[in-house]
Amino acid sequence: MIKAEGLTKHYGPLTAVDQISFKVEPGEVLGFLGPNGAGKTTTMRMFAGFVPPTAGSAEICGHSIISDALAAKAKLGYLPEGAPSYGEMRPREFLDFVAAIRGYHGDELRTRVGEAVERLNLGTVLNQPIETLSKGFKRRVGLAQAILHDPPVLILDEPTDGLDPNQKHEVRQLIADMSANKIIVISTHILEEVDAVCNRAIIIAHGRILADETPENLIHRSRYHNAVTLRLSRDGDLDAVAADIRAVAGVDHVETRSDARSLTAFPDGDAMILPSIGDLAGEKSWPLEQLQLESGRLDEVFRTITAPDSAAEAA
Amino acid sequence: MSAIVTIARRELRAYFATPVAFVFIVIFLALSGWFTFYLGGFYERGQADLQPFFTFHSWLYLFLVPAISMRLWAEERKSGSIELLMTLPVSIWDAVLGKFLAAWLFTAVALALTFPIWITVNYLGDPDNGVIVTAYLGSLLMAGAFLAIGSCISAANRNQVVAFIITVVICFLFLLSGFPLVLDFFAGAPQVIVDTIAGLSFLTHFNALSKGVIDLRDVVYFLLVIIAWLYATSIVLEMKKAD
Repeated sequence: MIKAEGLTKHYGPLTAVDQISFKVEPGEVLGFLGPNGAGKTTTMRMFAGFVPPTAGSAEICGHSIISDALAAKAKLGYLPEGAPSYGEMRPREFLDFVAAIRGYHGDELRTRVGEAVERLNLGTVLNQPIETLSKGFKRRVGLAQAILHDPPVLILDEPTDGLDPNQKHEVRQLIADMSANKIIVISTHILEEVDAVCNRAIIIAHGRILADETPENLIHRSRYHNAVTLRLSRDGDLDAVAADIRAVAGVDHVETRSDARSLTAFPDGDAMILPSIGDLAGEKSWPLEQLQLESGRLDEVFRTITAPDSAAEAA
Repeated sequence: MSAIVTIARRELRAYFATPVAFVFIVIFLALSGWFTFYLGGFYERGQADLQPFFTFHSWLYLFLVPAISMRLWAEERKSGSIELLMTLPVSIWDAVLGKFLAAWLFTAVALALTFPIWITVNYLGDPDNGVIVTAYLGSLLMAGAFLAIGSCISAANRNQVVAFIITVVICFLFLLSGFPLVLDFFAGAPQVIVDTIAGLSFLTHFNALSKGVIDLRDVVYFLLVIIAWLYATSIVLEMKKAD
């Protein structure tokens, strides 16, 4: 288990992290979401023992990051933001170095490094200087370094930043494979990623936790949750359709889009309005091109939570 | 202990993975030879000793050692690899010591490669080899003191050039603290302070060793300087590692 209690970090007059408290249990994949400068990286750095907290405490598997830092670090696999490493080293030397620091030697060192190399498909680049590798390979070298001692806790700061879609998929798969009995904390700006790999999401902004829920519950917060969006063909009369839909039971309000061909109907509370609208469409033979049920928009929830003012403006 | 060795080994390998090692060793050997023969008058003196060789070591180190030490921490901070190193299960002291030992061992290698001049002087005459061994020891200790100062300055700066220049200036003051250049600055101060500052001079302590006089006080002096500056390095890192 990892635990933060009242974790706080001031940089001069700036409060980067403001009394954050949370716990994560094995099996949880926690996504840290927040705008740039929200305090995600600072929080992760405090857990990793790189930045000392101004106040509060944190524990990794029962070891305090302040009074028992070495034991805490031994339980942790950490990927710093940007996956820094030693550019002039080759991945094999680099991983051997990290494994040796972690106390492995001889056959066990080779096995550990070999497993990490295999998991991240680094076999082809083992003998090229790290500084000559592509961004994707550099990130994977950083990940290999973080997982090679099979730690019970993994903290990954933007593990998929800068990767192409295939590489992102691979990294997510890796996280999913390892998640069963580990604690994994990742930070990301990519909202779909939270949906794809996390079973818990914490949204922070201005150093405070604003939401701590499952991704599904977050999506349910969206005003688009269970809304219905439809698009008419060119000769459709959008105003007439909008008027018909407003009369349907359970519809709260209708928003038409500026392209004058599509609209979104929002339900009143948890009402399920898709069947009624679908029936009506058949009855009135609307020239429909598309009819879809919205599951909710995470980016909209994110904006509403982290920047309520600008979200209101945009809407 | 094993962490110190692992870090030192990685660091030492990094010197040889880049042209740093090659350039340093070649220039060190070329300059030390040139100084010995042209400025030191190795032949003209007509004496079988290495006095003209060792006399110039302090001045060579003044510019060459900061070039080695400037990258110790500044480079890690600039590239961000310090975050990786400091989040591995090693103490700051292990990391400071490991990196310092690598740099020191590297200068020891460069120093050892000056062996042809030792052979030369033995071929030409009959020198007191005990004096030469002591002088080598003194030279190595002085290099260590320069490196420890450089380590601390490098930890305080993200920029290697700035680290280099500040290190040269501080080493210069330490080198000459027994001379009027520094002492005149403290002219009005009580005699005790002037004497203390004069006693900090690298040159005074090194000169005794280079003449073959092993005074424990000189050896302890250099070791204390090294430990003090390395300790300062660990404090600076603790404060500034994440800045």
